[in-house]
Amino acid sequence: MIYVTRRAEFSASHYYHNPALSPDENRRLFGKCNNPHGHGHNYTLEVTVAGEVDPVTGMVLDLKDLKQLLESEVMELMDHRFLNEEVPVFRTVIPTTENIAIEIWRRLAPKLTLGQLHRIRLYETPDLYVDYYGD
Amino acid sequence: MPVAHLTRRYRFAAAHRLHNSALSADQNAHLYGKCNNPYGHGHNYVLEVTVVGPVDPITGMVFDLVVLDELVRREVMERFDHVHLNLDTESFRSRVPTTENLCVEIYNLLEAALRDTGRARGVQLERVRLEETPSNFFEFQGEPSTAPQPRQEATHGEV
Repeated sequence: MIYVTRRAEFSASHYYHNPALSPDENRRLFGKCNNPHGHGHNYTLEVTVAGEVDPVTGMVLDLKDLKQLLESEVMELMDHRFLNEEVPVFRTVIPTTENIAIEIWRRLAPKLTLGQLHRIRLYETPDLYVDYYGD
Repeated sequence: MPVAHLTRRYRFAAAHRLHNSALSADQNAHLYGKCNNPYGHGHNYVLEVTVVGPVDPITGMVFDLVVLDELVRREVMERFDHVHLNLDTESFRSRVPTTENLCVEIYNLLEAALRDTGRARGVQLERVRLEETPSNFFEFQGEPSTAPQPRQEATHGEV
């Protein structure tokens, strides 16, 4: 088994707010991340696919295909967007880094034709990242 | 509930000397080389703390970073930042402050602190990764008796 990782970068804005809670509770829970006008990050995404090396091509999958998949499923949807307002799933799900990683997994996993999605690693800043293994 | 693994990076600087008083001066010099220099030397350590747990459906988060930052500040920074590990800490009065031992000590301190917060709600310390230099790092995931999937990894290059 070989693990192949492709990295991609996108920039987006978001804010944390749970409409089921009061403004005070939101402010206490999320602090400055609750600012309703949002704030932004440069996200770094690492997508890891696990699979066997094809004896003919010497590859697990064509990285060009993976790049195109990231482009259509992640970049076109999230890059330079206000996640809360412009990405439908985040109208009802808080776009925390955890939830963005889970959403990216859900979009990519069924679309991979070669290999299996192993891990989504999403950096919100160089000092903070989330790993999701589909559990 | 989906389970996510959250990693946060911290930095601290400290001095240490690798020396085992049970061994002779020659044995120490042979074993630890220039790390045995009696005046000690220092590193900029980079600490990565990983916690694992269910994503809270109310907050969308695994764990409150403010709480994690406070635990790391209290348990790690106050003890180990800008000190001489051998001379200024209780942890290493009788133990060699190799980065392996420091990594395990930080794991044990944070694991106990996380359990004691009462705010962890199913969140567990999963891994401590400690860089001594950019090309030299150690990982500890707990002892077999306390962790479901124990694994200890270390890379050991030049000191």
